[in-house]
Amino acid sequence: MAGLSPADDRPFPPGEYPVVIVGSGPGAIQLSYALRSAGVQHAIIGADAAPGGMFLKWPFFQRLLSWTKPYAPADHETRAYERFDWNSLIADEPNARAIMPTFMDGTSYFPSRPEMEQNLQAFVERTGLQIRFGCRWTSTRQVDGPNGPEFILETTDGEYRTPTAVFAVGIAEPYSPPTPGGELAAHYAATRSPETYADRRVFIIGKSVSAFELATGLLQWARGITLASPSPTKLSVNTRSLVGVRARYVQPFEDHVLGGGVTVLDAQILGIERDGDRGFVVTTRSGAEGEPMRHRADDVISATGFVSPLQDLPALGVATFGPSKLPAQTPYWESATVPGVFFAGTITQASGGLKKHGLPANSGAVHGARYNARVLARYIAETRAGLTFERPSLAPGELLEFVLRQLNEAPELWHQKAYLARVLSVTAEDGIRDAGILPLANVVDAGGPDAIVITLEADGTGAIYPVIYIRSGGKIEEHQLDPEPMMDFRGPVHRRQLAEIVGRLVPDATAG
Amino acid sequence: MATREEIADALSSMTLFSDLTTPQLLGAAGRFEEAFFPAGERVLRQGLSGSAFHVILDGEASIVVDGTQRATLARGEFFGEVSILLGESPSADVVATRPLRTIVLAGPAVESFLVEHPKVMFRMLQAQARRLRNANRWRD
Repeated sequence: MAGLSPADDRPFPPGEYPVVIVGSGPGAIQLSYALRSAGVQHAIIGADAAPGGMFLKWPFFQRLLSWTKPYAPADHETRAYERFDWNSLIADEPNARAIMPTFMDGTSYFPSRPEMEQNLQAFVERTGLQIRFGCRWTSTRQVDGPNGPEFILETTDGEYRTPTAVFAVGIAEPYSPPTPGGELAAHYAATRSPETYADRRVFIIGKSVSAFELATGLLQWARGITLASPSPTKLSVNTRSLVGVRARYVQPFEDHVLGGGVTVLDAQILGIERDGDRGFVVTTRSGAEGEPMRHRADDVISATGFVSPLQDLPALGVATFGPSKLPAQTPYWESATVPGVFFAGTITQASGGLKKHGLPANSGAVHGARYNARVLARYIAETRAGLTFERPSLAPGELLEFVLRQLNEAPELWHQKAYLARVLSVTAEDGIRDAGILPLANVVDAGGPDAIVITLEADGTGAIYPVIYIRSGGKIEEHQLDPEPMMDFRGPVHRRQLAEIVGRLVPDATAG
Repeated sequence: MATREEIADALSSMTLFSDLTTPQLLGAAGRFEEAFFPAGERVLRQGLSGSAFHVILDGEASIVVDGTQRATLARGEFFGEVSILLGESPSADVVATRPLRTIVLAGPAVESFLVEHPKVMFRMLQAQARRLRNANRWRD
């Protein structure tokens, strides 16, 4: 490893490491914690001066979109509580579990941004995680190593060499689509403090969550607000999922339909021009045959999203796709085109899994990505570090209660529906073994021994229901169980259904 | 491929969308999502519920029934619509044979999209009619 200057006592100086994590937000922190628990040596470097990533700055109005319930049907120290706490990182130590509610002041079940920052900082302190702050990744190249390809990460502190590079750099680089005069619009990231929009006409390009977040925050300030984009607004209360504008930002939509001064347009943005010294004119067109409309505005804000700051990774061969230029990934969050490059945090949403009924997993938020990180750490430990982990055995008589407990309490299944699954292998030699939480897409596609695969799923109608996949002789069968209004699957109907399904592989599993 | 405009441009050269005006193409591009599948990855899975409708932007895929390859699909061709229209699970796997980019419409969104774009529905019917004719010729 390279030498340190005497004044620099930061951890992880430039050098060679089995794994290097780039980032210091929740995704990177969670992965570092999980790798350490798995016994994998690694370095973690971040450009910021403190843990937190995007939460050091955003959301713009300083209030999160993801909730934590200080009072919930499960006790804070249990795994079941994680279902109700979307913002704490997950740990084994009791004092590092369910940290988020301990910082909340009771004014909202959406933590404030500073509370979230405190939550992440406390996690790092209580778990004793080491992070090298103030170290910015600047470029990447691939070289031949003794055991295969390796990566050289150039940073502001020097070179890091590793066969396994994990990028947890978020999706926070402002993006605006090419539009004539588009440079006249300020991006969401450059929005001014709300009071500076007092009595002004604000035109927001975009109708996604960030556009409605801005509109919500400006309702009490702006003289008028127009939101416009070609596609109709989707509301999460209609999609019965996290797809669409979330419930707490729907107020501008109600204002629009009641004629209160907010206008929501399905329209193509044709261009933006200056309106002399009195602001701007935005030209739009609604529908295929619509006449162009001109909108006068004092401010134009582009709430058109963010891309992932992958720097030179595409030049290295990392394939990207979609408007956020996300890296294409395997079910284990490895680049689909450059082996050895992995991703963690919100970028893992690009590994879409089965996306059944069009519903995405929650990998774009802390409450989904934190479980992906734990699965990824174990995968890296097994496939890159040669470590093995015990797979606990289950007696046939314990099987049914185990499955029921997973369906009712396992936070991985509740937060990553149809995406992460609890897998029980069933073989003549080994009996029933708990193979752990695995990506469902890999389980159904990669083959393997006979297995019982436990998931929770949803179909966009509002129903949440168990789905059990049985892998037998290499073939997969899907068994969907009935939903239950109280979402408690321990009743006699589900016991009977489950006993019949798991009985196909384990005939002596009893109904308990 | 990334922006709505680029996707709309790609759609304009495909038979399925050839009757749409530029604003309609932009609207359609906003309804679909882009997806990428490395070679060897399954896109549709035989017998599993909740699948989607795909149109190939780039690359190649195979239709595989019970492990036997039946056909190859390329740019501009589409798949997944039959199971969605019938409300059933796919009767075949679709597997990327080369790196594959598609645009995807979730199953529950297909009916409203087709009803709002009858010209696309007509082109889809034409394609289905050709497939049926070819299947009947093969049986003769």
